[in-house]
Amino acid sequence: MAQDESITGTENAKDIRIGVFVCECGTNIGGVVNCRAVADYAATLPNVVHSVVNKYTCSDAGQSEIKQAIKNHNLNRVLVASCTPKTHEPIFRACVEEGGLNPYLFEFVNIREHCSWIHMQDKDSATKKASELVRMGVSRARLLEPLQSNEVPVTNKALVIGAGVAGMQAALDIADMGYKVYLVEKNPSIGGKMAQLDKTFPTNDCSICILGPKMVEIARNKNIELMTYSEVEEVDGYVGNFKVKVKHKPRFIDTTTCTGCGLCVQKCPVEVPYFEFNEGIGTRKAIYVPFPQAVPLRAVVDKSVCIDCGACIKTCESHSINMEQKETFSDIEVGVIVVTTGYDIYDPEPKHDFGYGLCDNVVTGMELERLLNASGPTMGKLVRPSDAKPPKRIGFVQCVGSRDKNRNRYCSGFCCMYALKDAQLIREKYPDSEVYIMYMDIRSPFRNYEEFYDRARDMGIKFIRGKPGKVDEDKNGNVTVRIEDTLTSNLYNLELDLLVLSVGAVAGESSEHIRHLLKVSRAADGFMMEAHPKLKPVDTNLDGIFIGGVTQGPKDIPYSVSQGSACAARATRYLAQGKATTEGITVEVDDDVCVGCGICVPMCPFQALSLVDGKLNIIKALCKGCGTCATACPTGALQQNHFKNEQLLAQIRGAFTFEGE
Amino acid sequence: MAEKEWEPKIVAFCCNWCSYGGADTAGMGRFQQPSSLRIIRVMCSGRIDPMHVFNAFLEGADAVLVTGCHLGDCHYVNGNYKAEVRYQFLEEMVKQLGLEPERLQLNWISASEGEKFANFVRDVTAKIKELGPSPLKPEGVN
Repeated sequence: MAQDESITGTENAKDIRIGVFVCECGTNIGGVVNCRAVADYAATLPNVVHSVVNKYTCSDAGQSEIKQAIKNHNLNRVLVASCTPKTHEPIFRACVEEGGLNPYLFEFVNIREHCSWIHMQDKDSATKKASELVRMGVSRARLLEPLQSNEVPVTNKALVIGAGVAGMQAALDIADMGYKVYLVEKNPSIGGKMAQLDKTFPTNDCSICILGPKMVEIARNKNIELMTYSEVEEVDGYVGNFKVKVKHKPRFIDTTTCTGCGLCVQKCPVEVPYFEFNEGIGTRKAIYVPFPQAVPLRAVVDKSVCIDCGACIKTCESHSINMEQKETFSDIEVGVIVVTTGYDIYDPEPKHDFGYGLCDNVVTGMELERLLNASGPTMGKLVRPSDAKPPKRIGFVQCVGSRDKNRNRYCSGFCCMYALKDAQLIREKYPDSEVYIMYMDIRSPFRNYEEFYDRARDMGIKFIRGKPGKVDEDKNGNVTVRIEDTLTSNLYNLELDLLVLSVGAVAGESSEHIRHLLKVSRAADGFMMEAHPKLKPVDTNLDGIFIGGVTQGPKDIPYSVSQGSACAARATRYLAQGKATTEGITVEVDDDVCVGCGICVPMCPFQALSLVDGKLNIIKALCKGCGTCATACPTGALQQNHFKNEQLLAQIRGAFTFEGE
Repeated sequence: MAEKEWEPKIVAFCCNWCSYGGADTAGMGRFQQPSSLRIIRVMCSGRIDPMHVFNAFLEGADAVLVTGCHLGDCHYVNGNYKAEVRYQFLEEMVKQLGLEPERLQLNWISASEGEKFANFVRDVTAKIKELGPSPLKPEGVN
């Protein structure tokens, strides 16, 4: 390989001094890859002046060794061969910076995820590959150049998308820390799924009674600007400087004067046979108040069914109804975004799971929740849908839509507990009822959950381990479930009055829309993906954007609340510091080479490029460093820092050697 | 010692946000793969230059993989669409160079699709083992 005289313009090839640190990561790497051999091989590569093995390079001792080696060996490049840059690059960049080097003179080689963990049975190949990966890294490291990361000011306001319990907690915490919060909710009221529940496990306390005061707190908090019946339309910008467009759907009500008295609702002649808040059970009017504890407690008009009779307008004493209202938009600027958009309940209808949609008396857990709720369509009286008679024999089927390879593989986590709770509520209200829970495993971790399960057994709730094979409904509406108890191998034809499907959570459609807008990664289960499964559970790969609650995957109320608080704490770090650092990796143009053809200009999706007097102008603050424009440049004048052509080509070349070399 | 079976050398261009993460997830899930892959990380699949791909072939790659986020999921709005256009051009050039079309492959792999990433590497490696070394590979290089 011919070596250029001048390698980076300011340095000569012979001045490059690379230190290589091969990490064993305990046995994660060291148990497969012969790290000693890799380090010895690295020492033979051009410009490598120091090459060692560490037990854990990222540990305090390992980092000190790097800093010490920079001084002792006069290193001007550092290469660490260990795990993934996705988690550890910032750590090592900071380390070399402390050691006195520019952080971009650091090169990362992944020999754990991309080597030892995937070649566990072939140690020789793994060692050979690790050596080659290091060689590729060394080739690239020789050409690395120092870069400056940019500090940007942070707008000290936050946006929280979704006002379920997780979002409410996040908004309250950020607001209480003294920052302005915009809380956007697509529904007419905040509260989310928790507002629909009757009681909550494991204490059986009334859900809305503990949520309601929190909802009122949101409305009262001076730092929170609540935007209900609103949706995020566009998001632009970057950490510290997000520009967000919010659409406010017309409620056809002046929320500043409406008192939520409900007179208009009484006068409205239109009965809508589907009340979303009651899971479709019962009716609502074309003008309605979402539920008695709604925040804001204001009416909303469903224009799709309104017949414009004007009855509501005549009866409204505060003259709050305005049928001419149009949708409006707000442009807001925030420094951080918290996403708590929640989930959808698994819908068993399309595939008629366990007869749902075919049998009247097969309902979902959430429908049961509304039937048990004192402010639900039956005022808390449990009746079955077919004949409105109180059911005496009630069965629950667990894991509907969850833990099923043909539906969703994951466990939704909360269905066991809510079935235990609803079963107890039924036994308490109707002591002569028979309640069966058909399950695969009962999952009840966390404080007082297992005790709650014991209590259900003590109350005489019967548990059958198995999954129903067949569900039929006779003309009287009675449901027969055919099931094998896999503990006793007994087959039963269980006749029930009501069958409840304990449905789980699925990633929400509206969540998916927000995920696309923000470019947050999606995990295999469809929920949004966190930056690290253990150490960054509410961060995303995008600086300044956080996810909490069921947005990130199924979880119960306490866990969602914790995540809401976690999001607030993580997000507020930026607001408190008032500044954020953005990547130094941007594009740069060599004016002497650029011919001003302008091919690159439309390549940039962020409008960072423009032609001024036939010369390319780059707005650095807008450049996000993707490098797409650099690829389009026909002269090579436009280069992406840290991913320059010669850097990438050197890395590619490093993958190959002449045999015996 | 018995002669080890020939292992092809495959260069994969991975974007930082999706397919590189997919390779990480494959590692975290311990999805075992042949040791043929050499990953070049770029920030966006839109940075993958046809010139880089040709260079990989000329240096000795038996196959080159162009990977990125699923369409619509690009971290930089639409870099992967640009990668796709450039890939079409590359496909044509691979044909003209007389390479088997299987030696160049495009795949969209998200950061969570570890199993998909591993299967892709396994499938491509098996196919390339059938085809043998690339005719463009310089003699004596591996």
